[in-house]
Amino acid sequence: MTDMVVSHPVTLVAPAPPASDSHPLTLEPLKDKESGRQRIRLWEIGSLALASLLGNKIRTLLTILGVIIGVAAVVALLAIGQGVRIWVTSSFAESGTNTLTVMRGDTSMSDVEAIEALQLPIEVISPQYGETATIVAPAADESATVMGVTPSFVKAQGLELQQGSFFTEEHNDTVALVIVLGNSLAQELFGEQALGRTVRISGQAFQVIGVLKEKGGNSFGSVDDQALVPISVAHRRLFGGRTADGNGYLVSSIQIVVKDRDDLEMVKSQVERLLRVRHYLAQDGSEDTFRVLNQAAMIEQLTGILDALTIFLASVAGLSLLVGGLGIMNIMLVSVTERTREIGLRKAIGAHRSDVLLQFLVEALLMSLFGGLLGLSLGYGIALLVTVLSPITAPVSLWSAALAVGFAATVGIFFGIYPAQRAARLDPIEALRYQ
Amino acid sequence: MMNMIEVTNISKVYQMGTLEVPALRGVSFTIRQGEFVAIMGPSGSGKSTLMNVLGCLDTPTSGTYLLDGISVGELSDGNLASIRSLKLGFVFQQYHLLPRQTALFNVQLPLLYRGVAGRIREQRSRTALTIVGMADRMSHLPNELSGGQQQRVAIARALVGSPSVILADEPTGALDTHTSEEIMALLQRLNREQGLTVVLVTHNPEAAAYAARILTMRDGLLVSDETPNQQLPSIGHPVPMVQDRQDGQDGARWREMAQGGTNQ
Repeated sequence: MTDMVVSHPVTLVAPAPPASDSHPLTLEPLKDKESGRQRIRLWEIGSLALASLLGNKIRTLLTILGVIIGVAAVVALLAIGQGVRIWVTSSFAESGTNTLTVMRGDTSMSDVEAIEALQLPIEVISPQYGETATIVAPAADESATVMGVTPSFVKAQGLELQQGSFFTEEHNDTVALVIVLGNSLAQELFGEQALGRTVRISGQAFQVIGVLKEKGGNSFGSVDDQALVPISVAHRRLFGGRTADGNGYLVSSIQIVVKDRDDLEMVKSQVERLLRVRHYLAQDGSEDTFRVLNQAAMIEQLTGILDALTIFLASVAGLSLLVGGLGIMNIMLVSVTERTREIGLRKAIGAHRSDVLLQFLVEALLMSLFGGLLGLSLGYGIALLVTVLSPITAPVSLWSAALAVGFAATVGIFFGIYPAQRAARLDPIEALRYQ
Repeated sequence: MMNMIEVTNISKVYQMGTLEVPALRGVSFTIRQGEFVAIMGPSGSGKSTLMNVLGCLDTPTSGTYLLDGISVGELSDGNLASIRSLKLGFVFQQYHLLPRQTALFNVQLPLLYRGVAGRIREQRSRTALTIVGMADRMSHLPNELSGGQQQRVAIARALVGSPSVILADEPTGALDTHTSEEIMALLQRLNREQGLTVVLVTHNPEAAAYAARILTMRDGLLVSDETPNQQLPSIGHPVPMVQDRQDGQDGARWREMAQGGTNQ
């Protein structure tokens, strides 16, 4: 063989490297078992797709930007919606979800006694009568709501005392001029030490026997800014509030805490019936001058509205995710054109249509999945920021994360199909000639 | 030696709207295993169409084409892809390397599409790159290589799967004279050392001179089939130039005769 090469006339060029001259390296034909199944393995297509994506990081990142933003928006909005829901329900729950509140009307202290007499499964019944008054302390005057309540108010509202003690039934019975101050109100009036001091309301001196712990706001305003006096004092020494017939005292609301949540509706209807009888109102409720509010029902209604709002917002965000998918399709179509020659080459050296199709689909899937995961992190970050900066705790739930990323992947595949088909159908001859 | 390519009376007609444009008008020849054949002809002669048919990128309108004993004419798109993958190696004028992948990865690509396991793939690709003299540039990206080096990588990619035929379409079209000579010498060496069947499509006579046999196309017809080397004085006995030869086997016989002569 070498002889022939030497004597052959057309060896005008530099000789090959010495190593291959003496012992030419050869490539044996592939044995059957080495060439395996003669088709590319699925995961190898995956690695081709990955290599292609990593080969052009900027293009990849720009392509998935829409998905990142879409997923982040969905995740963050769902988390914030959930957070608002928890916040609202928990601020209701502070005053008890087992609570019925009788509002308005000409309900009086005798109505309270009549409800007590019904022997319903009630844990606490707490009548309240309050008005705004000016509280005068040596250092400052404050206009605040002064609530006349019974000792059961502590339990009905779940209050705790920071200093001193709450007034007792005895204080109430003896119409004692004692007062318990909400936390902020105490600070505004006295600064640090309020216990044992004296305030004046309507010219009468009240001894401060207790200061409440800070409680935070709820949907009915904060008890922190209120002053509490025995209800007998509110009626007889401060605000009056006699009934129309002059024989009793009005209440502004009655809070009823039921032992068992299941009894709420039963207690509610019993109380309604009693009040209608006592006030000569029609039993069908058409003439009611009062309302019995069921907090649990209100929470349900409210959370229903919040849920609907959350779903609405998340749908809008989902729409942006869809637009993100369109972005993937756009850039992928551009990329198919840009990579025409590459596709032509792949087909020329043996890639089947389905190999090319699959590679582009996997590229779309990987991009949308990756975008989904990045978006998830971003959305999580936003939720965390909201939690830190606002009173709302926005939790990212597993299902919302799965939903957003799953939706992103679906969008990616869906919008990846068309460009992938375009790529797969390219004629290799035309594609290789493409400039 | 067996026939690697057997083309019998193939024609190719392109439909341009209502106009029928014949690109090949009945071409027949045979290429045996281990031959180095150049297909020449001016543009429009049908040599590119012939190249596409030989490369199983296109199928003839009529006639038969046997590649390594397989009749290609009736194959589906998917089977053509398989044939390209198993039987053919391509070298293009524009190299067509994946721009963002290393030389080694580029060479592995055909084996990847054949389902060859990673270890064997890499080992064979290293061997192929060593054969073309690119052993020290395996992890370079195409844009870190000169044109000639890129074409060497492309040749390694073509030969890595031990194809039946290497089809080189104007492989020196984008290279300067010196580099062109190197690349042609490399193809010639592969033909001799590896026993590879090489089919070169070119309009450049200098490149075609490296081939042992030259087919010339004109107007969709094969107009000559020559083995010019035999005319050169070093062989000692001039052989008359054969014009308009359609029978490839004859040409091969001439060549064998010539080879036999030198070996004696």
